[in-house]
Amino acid sequence: MNDKLYRIILFVAALAMPIVCGGVVYALVTDAYDAFEHFGFLNFITSSEWSYTEGAEQYGALPFITGTLMTTMLALLFCIPFSLPVALFVGEYFKGTKIASVLSTVTDLLAGIPSIIYGLWGFYTLRPIIMALNISPQGSGVLTASLVLAIMIVPYAASLSAEFIKMVPNDLKEGAYSLGATRAEVVRKVIFPVAGSGIFSSYVLAIGRALGETMTVTMLIGNTNNIPDSITSTGNSMASIIANQFGEADDLRLSSLIAIGLILFLITALINMVGKIMIKHARIA
Amino acid sequence: MESVKPILEFKNTCVSYTKQTMAVKYVSAAIERNTITAIMGPSGCGKSTLLRAVNLMHNLYPNIRVDGEILLNGENILAMEPIDVRRRVGMVFQRPAPFPTMSIYDNVLSGFVLNGIKLSKAEKDATVERCLRSVALWDEVKDVLNKKGTFLSGGQQQRLCIARALAMKPDVLLMDEPTSALDPIATKHIEELLLELQKGVTILIVTHNMGQARRISSKSMFMYLGELVEYGDTETMFTNPIDERTKSYLTGKMG
Amino acid sequence: MNKLKIRHRLAKDKLMLWSICLLAALTAVPLLAILGEVLLRGYDQLSWSFFTEPTPTAYKVTKAIEAGEPIPGGIANGIVGTMIMLGMAVMVAVPLGILCGAFLAENGKNRFAQFVSYLTDLLQGTPSVIIGIITYIWVVVPMKGYSAIAGSVALCIMMLPLIIRSTEETLKILPASLKEAGLALGGNNARVMMKVQLPAAFGGIFTGVLLAVSRVIGETAPLMFTALGCSFVRFAVDKPISAVPLLIWEFFNDPNLQELIWGASLFLLLFVLTLNLLSKYLAKKWNQ
Repeated sequence: MNDKLYRIILFVAALAMPIVCGGVVYALVTDAYDAFEHFGFLNFITSSEWSYTEGAEQYGALPFITGTLMTTMLALLFCIPFSLPVALFVGEYFKGTKIASVLSTVTDLLAGIPSIIYGLWGFYTLRPIIMALNISPQGSGVLTASLVLAIMIVPYAASLSAEFIKMVPNDLKEGAYSLGATRAEVVRKVIFPVAGSGIFSSYVLAIGRALGETMTVTMLIGNTNNIPDSITSTGNSMASIIANQFGEADDLRLSSLIAIGLILFLITALINMVGKIMIKHARIA
Repeated sequence: MESVKPILEFKNTCVSYTKQTMAVKYVSAAIERNTITAIMGPSGCGKSTLLRAVNLMHNLYPNIRVDGEILLNGENILAMEPIDVRRRVGMVFQRPAPFPTMSIYDNVLSGFVLNGIKLSKAEKDATVERCLRSVALWDEVKDVLNKKGTFLSGGQQQRLCIARALAMKPDVLLMDEPTSALDPIATKHIEELLLELQKGVTILIVTHNMGQARRISSKSMFMYLGELVEYGDTETMFTNPIDERTKSYLTGKMG
Repeated sequence: MNKLKIRHRLAKDKLMLWSICLLAALTAVPLLAILGEVLLRGYDQLSWSFFTEPTPTAYKVTKAIEAGEPIPGGIANGIVGTMIMLGMAVMVAVPLGILCGAFLAENGKNRFAQFVSYLTDLLQGTPSVIIGIITYIWVVVPMKGYSAIAGSVALCIMMLPLIIRSTEETLKILPASLKEAGLALGGNNARVMMKVQLPAAFGGIFTGVLLAVSRVIGETAPLMFTALGCSFVRFAVDKPISAVPLLIWEFFNDPNLQELIWGASLFLLLFVLTLNLLSKYLAKKWNQ
């Protein structure tokens, strides 16, 4: 094989990416077009009506956008108190030890569990607990979904944050110790400020994960097409409404679901892009 | 000969990284107040290891053992709380490493921040000015105190790190080859600074630069393979070394 | 400095250490809880017939319930479906991903490569349910029906970015001297890539593929609108087909079949975690 042919083959293979991604955007936009045209883009994302009575069909994405944002933000909130200690454990306190590698294996395995199994566990173990604690009568809802979602994103946030914590130069840490700081003070006043932007970006990427998580949320959020009025009430996320109704939908409802898919795609793409750019900056600094 | 009570005293100090090998072997020496003592020796002789032992830096690494005694004003620091010792013994490292997220102003005060000591605005201003003046940095940076410390040149950064250590008013200042990463002019500034500083603080400096040791120190230690071979007046050591090994090192026969 | 303050700070330091240990240890609880629950509830369902028989029909289930017998049948249809779709996806995604990864490793600095690299990130971050929608639009609609092909296209799109990244990264960390030595011996770029670089990177790429497989094998959402599901063992690629995660979803939604959930979940979980651990182990071993 000569070099020219080799370069052409590699180039053609690489073209797969623009073709696939272009195809994704093209297909989503053309198939969502009906819904946007019928309801108008602004009206579609601000309307909270979701009814498929024939002749009076009305689809709006607001309940699902709200549901997604609520589950994601709550999941982030629940995830931080665990992922940050894991990151410090692996990246600073027990850096390079056996026990740290055991813990990172544990989090790797957590990341590997399929989301449908998280859903089952949430449904059969966590939901009864929520009911027993009288937090909500039906057990499922935004809170239940967020709790399981939080467990699912801990590994992503923790492993990336640990990387940035590990990168804090030893010179700085020793400098701080030489001035009489305790380890806790070094962590709070040297490691966090220095690794801060990297840690922050790892949470941005964790949000990107949580936004699109489908099965777990579908199984736990309760599947009602309303704007959740509290964290214990039921609702639907963008991903879960698609999972629930895509199979039975046609025409305008199908187009509306695809429109929701397009919005979800754009939000995740934006969040991921922001996260990646921030990571790049944090690595250089 | 009149005996002044030493500020710092090593008594059979040993440091070992593993069970088999000792990096510092039974060092005994007394350091007088307000002097500059240079520690010299070929690389790997244990001079930095000995210096770091005084600041209990070895406590940060669980597999390093320090034995014997190190007395600070007659008190054995190996039995004291590290954070207490480190406040009274300052340290300046080889590479200047100001905290990159703090301004020049905050870098000088970082010892207080790290130790959770609250100062009034007036106290802060006074400390910053005093310390930056004592390292001859004040005139250069007084208008840019809010800029990041990393914005300064290497020599300025190192002086900032010295100021940061001085802010805690230490009894002893340890310096681990503080000029090895600097250019000759910056080195000269630091050396002049140290001669000035010794009026207020006892300085222990590790250096691989014999000229530097001769220029600034009144006492010198020569270490070889973890042992303290010779300790005495710098001038005497350079003109008339007792030990063969010291002689061959000082004459450049040993690297 | 007063002793009290020092003691206070040291206590805070200790407290921080212990809370970190405690909270970090708590992270292992969900893993153990999930493994434990699936194991305890699933292990007595695993039998030979569970792997050789397809999902029971509604008629069989009702009869078994009336007779008070355990639900018959198994997940053979799902296992076969998963294998067929995975096989097809791997056959396309692995060569394409390796070539694309090689392109990125060779042209890392040029504009087009950076664009491709950005798109790889984009695709990797795309929620799987959207991959399902896309495949529905691309494959199911034109083929006028759900099929194993559609399912495998979805899995293939999901695997692609993972394989591209692992190939690119493995090739990039190979010592430059390896490539230079190959070129110095008179090989052209293509030969050096084929005979020197790719073989040297084999370990990294292989573990990357294993990890990619373990990621997509449990995917449910993209298969719901593409492979749909099927209650018997089928080998046709242009017809609807089942998959293990799809079966779990079916069992979850069918009150009569809930007994089968845990056996299927146990099988899936063990398979995924084993692949996961295996790839980690191999990566470690080949790195030495």
